Amino acid sequence: MLGIVPENEYLFDDEVGNYDFPEKQTMRLKKVMGYNKHRISKPDSAASDFALFGMEHMLKNNWIGKEEIGAIIVVTLCPDHFVPHISNIVHGKLGLDNDVLCIDIPQGCCGFLVGLSQAFMLLEHMKDKKVVVINTDILSHKVSKKDRNDFPLIGDGAAVTVVENSNDDREIYYEMHMDGSRGDALIIPAGGFRMPSTAQTAVMENTGDGNYRSLDNMHMDGSAVFNFVQVEVPPLLENTFRSCGITVDDIDWFLFHQPNKFMLQKLAEKSGIPFEKMPMNLVENFGNPSGSSIPLVTVSNIADKLIENEYKCCFSAFGSGLAWGSMVTDLGKLSHCELIVSDL
Amino acid sequence: MEEIIAMLNEIRPEHDFASSEDYIEDGLIDSFDIITLINMLEEKYNISIDGIDIIPENFNTAENIAELVRKSGGNI
Repeated sequence: MLGIVPENEYLFDDEVGNYDFPEKQTMRLKKVMGYNKHRISKPDSAASDFALFGMEHMLKNNWIGKEEIGAIIVVTLCPDHFVPHISNIVHGKLGLDNDVLCIDIPQGCCGFLVGLSQAFMLLEHMKDKKVVVINTDILSHKVSKKDRNDFPLIGDGAAVTVVENSNDDREIYYEMHMDGSRGDALIIPAGGFRMPSTAQTAVMENTGDGNYRSLDNMHMDGSAVFNFVQVEVPPLLENTFRSCGITVDDIDWFLFHQPNKFMLQKLAEKSGIPFEKMPMNLVENFGNPSGSSIPLVTVSNIADKLIENEYKCCFSAFGSGLAWGSMVTDLGKLSHCELIVSDL
Repeated sequence: MEEIIAMLNEIRPEHDFASSEDYIEDGLIDSFDIITLINMLEEKYNISIDGIDIIPENFNTAENIAELVRKSGGNI
């Protein structure tokens, strides 16, 4: 497992003046939400650049050989182009064989779980190959810098996870739910075929709550998303644990999507999860990078542990779609687990 | 109730909360103001508000906010 973050680090304290809110109030949010530092990629960097940076690091250091790769699954909300897909771009630039399958999946916060689940299914048919799951997003490029609700928490980044079959018969439990009827709660209205980006969609407007954004920017209905997480995720976790025949106490690490510290603390309290078993510091240190949040919070907190030992881990993600899911798996004795910084 | 109005005024000093019958509907507070208010309420009344109760309907009037504090074990 490899995490990649850009080198450009922005401090929340330096951005407070960008927002049309009283400073005292904004600084209180810093404490509650965990705003502190976030990593933002350069304006000319693309999501495929992060994918390639990670793949080249792995190949150069012999983490994996080109001939071992059976498929590349790229999960992203930030395609370089409508056509071709990032997986094909990566395939071409790495010079992979023609029998390597390339798949792009447009998924946001649940992108790691969705990518893994597809990898598991592919591995049923490629017994001797490895599947590479790449989560890569640069959503900061779509967030208004004058939107205090969205910009302080956003971060760019990527992760590459290599998945292969094992010889033991331990099971991985996975549960995923979707509700497209609430999809507008997290939306970038313009830029697709429904509403192409124009000079008009790029006009910044005061949204009435002190924030400024355009139709080209990402918008989150914070209240709707928060309530969705608090209502849907605790029963999801209960059901997953019941299916596994375990309790919260049997899990060593809860590696969850990282929307903000406040939401995670409320979720942990509701589900009886000890804070010390659930790292909540990705927004504080790097920002919320969407689909790569789970691997990034993993490699930035417990990389050494995962190389030395094995743990029962619960992954959970929730967000755009709306979608929410969980996975329980034994994880550890990894040959490689690392966070690297790119110049992208 | 005055304590709650004082907190709301600290968060959004530009608004007149006394003349509003629905803070959310009238656009006086948004979701991030609610998070700020929750933090202030939890500190002042030494309570923990259940995540499932963090819905706009519980924050649209001072009366409803006070009721939520009481439901969460606060003495107000």
